[in-house]
Amino acid sequence: MRRRFFLGDRLLLLLSTTAALLVLLLIAGIFVVLVGHSRLAFQHLGLRFFVQHIWNPVTGEFGALPSLYGTLVTTLIALVLAVPLSLAVALLLAELAPPWLATPVSLAVELLAAIPSIIYGMWGLYVFAPYMAHHVEPWLQRTLGFLPLFQGPTHGIGFLTAGIILALMILPFMSAVMREVFQMVPAVVKEAGYGIGATTWEVTRGVILRYGIRGLLGAVFLGLGRALGETMAVTFVIGNEHRLSLSLFSPGTSITSTLANEFTEASEPVYLSALIELGLLLFLVSLVIQVLALLWLKRMERRMGAGP
Amino acid sequence: MNWTQSLRQRFNSRNATRERAEPPRPLFVPNPKIMVRNLNFYYGDFQALYDNNLDIAAHKVTAIIGPSGCGKSTHIRVYNRIFELYRDQRAEGAVYLDGVNILSPEVDVIELRRRIGMIFQKPTPFPMSIFDNVAYGLRLHYRLSKSELEDRVRAALEAAALWDEVKDKLHQSAYALSGGQQQRLVIARALAVEPEVLLMDEPTSAIDPVATARIEDLVESLKERYTIVIVTHNMQQAARISDYTAFFYNGRIVEFGPTEQIFTNPKNKQTEAYITGRFG
Repeated sequence: MRRRFFLGDRLLLLLSTTAALLVLLLIAGIFVVLVGHSRLAFQHLGLRFFVQHIWNPVTGEFGALPSLYGTLVTTLIALVLAVPLSLAVALLLAELAPPWLATPVSLAVELLAAIPSIIYGMWGLYVFAPYMAHHVEPWLQRTLGFLPLFQGPTHGIGFLTAGIILALMILPFMSAVMREVFQMVPAVVKEAGYGIGATTWEVTRGVILRYGIRGLLGAVFLGLGRALGETMAVTFVIGNEHRLSLSLFSPGTSITSTLANEFTEASEPVYLSALIELGLLLFLVSLVIQVLALLWLKRMERRMGAGP
Repeated sequence: MNWTQSLRQRFNSRNATRERAEPPRPLFVPNPKIMVRNLNFYYGDFQALYDNNLDIAAHKVTAIIGPSGCGKSTHIRVYNRIFELYRDQRAEGAVYLDGVNILSPEVDVIELRRRIGMIFQKPTPFPMSIFDNVAYGLRLHYRLSKSELEDRVRAALEAAALWDEVKDKLHQSAYALSGGQQQRLVIARALAVEPEVLLMDEPTSAIDPVATARIEDLVESLKERYTIVIVTHNMQQAARISDYTAFFYNGRIVEFGPTEQIFTNPKNKQTEAYITGRFG
């Protein structure tokens, strides 16, 4: 009996170590391949690749700046919209709503997560973008038009529309994870908050949010990762122009939509290599954001306690 | 749970009959701070308390003892209406605090919970610094200047006999403290908002004997200013620190009286069996 358990433990350790190492190996492999294949572009363009905004396959000049800008801007819009919304949804589901409301709402949220991204893209292009062009963007221009962000022609195709579609796509993931986080806060800690005469909002803000900060940040990360990498839906509505513009109404491009659009057209080795270097850039951007967030979390926890 | 509840409350208070019933007469002690009358309690269909009648003497320590699951915690969780956080829990009857029935929908729960503090079995510091933990309730209930806030945090920590141990690390995380220190921190947090009653739900069952002794001393020193109700499964503790004792069994109050009498000369057979350790 005992021998068999012992063997099982060893086997489990072996299997899980292998799986974990495999993940590391995969990441390292991806990195090596990306670096290797982007060498040609780097030799041709050098650091120019990261700072110029020309993208001309004919002359062989490639700049990553518009794609990088588009990726960051759309992701930022998505997060700004989706983080508070998913916090609200998660709080409603975990803390506030009676079962007759919570059950259908969480079902609807899960359904939203199951819609494939191409559907979001097509809906965005045929239904949402015209609506943005005719109603939302003119209204924004009238009310907030003094900001450079909301100036210029309103096509309905561009950063803002792409960002909003992304927000809709990451909302279900984030709110599902956040709900779990809220449900893991021990009842007695909440009771201690209420017991001292705090209202629901005060307990939520002062105790529950602080208690779950690590998990909440994890949820935001899931959303961030998805928004950075989302390709299909963004490609449909972002306009695919290599252009830098402060206006959120302006069409632009993102790293992933550039890749999706141009991979089949890349006939020249330098062109192909430049596209792969774009991929490498996305990889590095994700990495940097991850590290920054971890550092921020560490600082936060030093300030208010790591939690039990 | 809360918004439907507050709606219901507003609805009830509008329709409540304004005639104010005479507060009842004390049954067991002179000038009680709290009087419980015909209290019944339900978890859904399950009835957990049956016709509880009890007086809590002001500026005394009242211990509530009894075997596990007999309704001790349930009983005190009615006093500050914390049970209302759970939608299937329901109380019937009356609990009078200074003559006012706190179960009436007109009572402001926020103010009620400021007046009646609660300490739980496990220490419940919030994920913030030691200072912010104590200041938490102060910031909710009062508008204080920085120096007033600091003074009152200090006073609360001193009252909870914790000041000397934490005065140099007020801005460190509360989780860095030991279990016993955390429990005293939570007591300081409750004291800071100047409550009148402290409810303690087995406050020493999760901490070591030395820390327990410190908390028992603390309870002794606090009863001068506060009315204290302590639920405990430790009968020595009840005998050591309480003035009155109520023995609960199966949701009923079997016997209530001065602690000395309950422990030396119980009138009821079940009480006697419990305190002599024959069951529970």
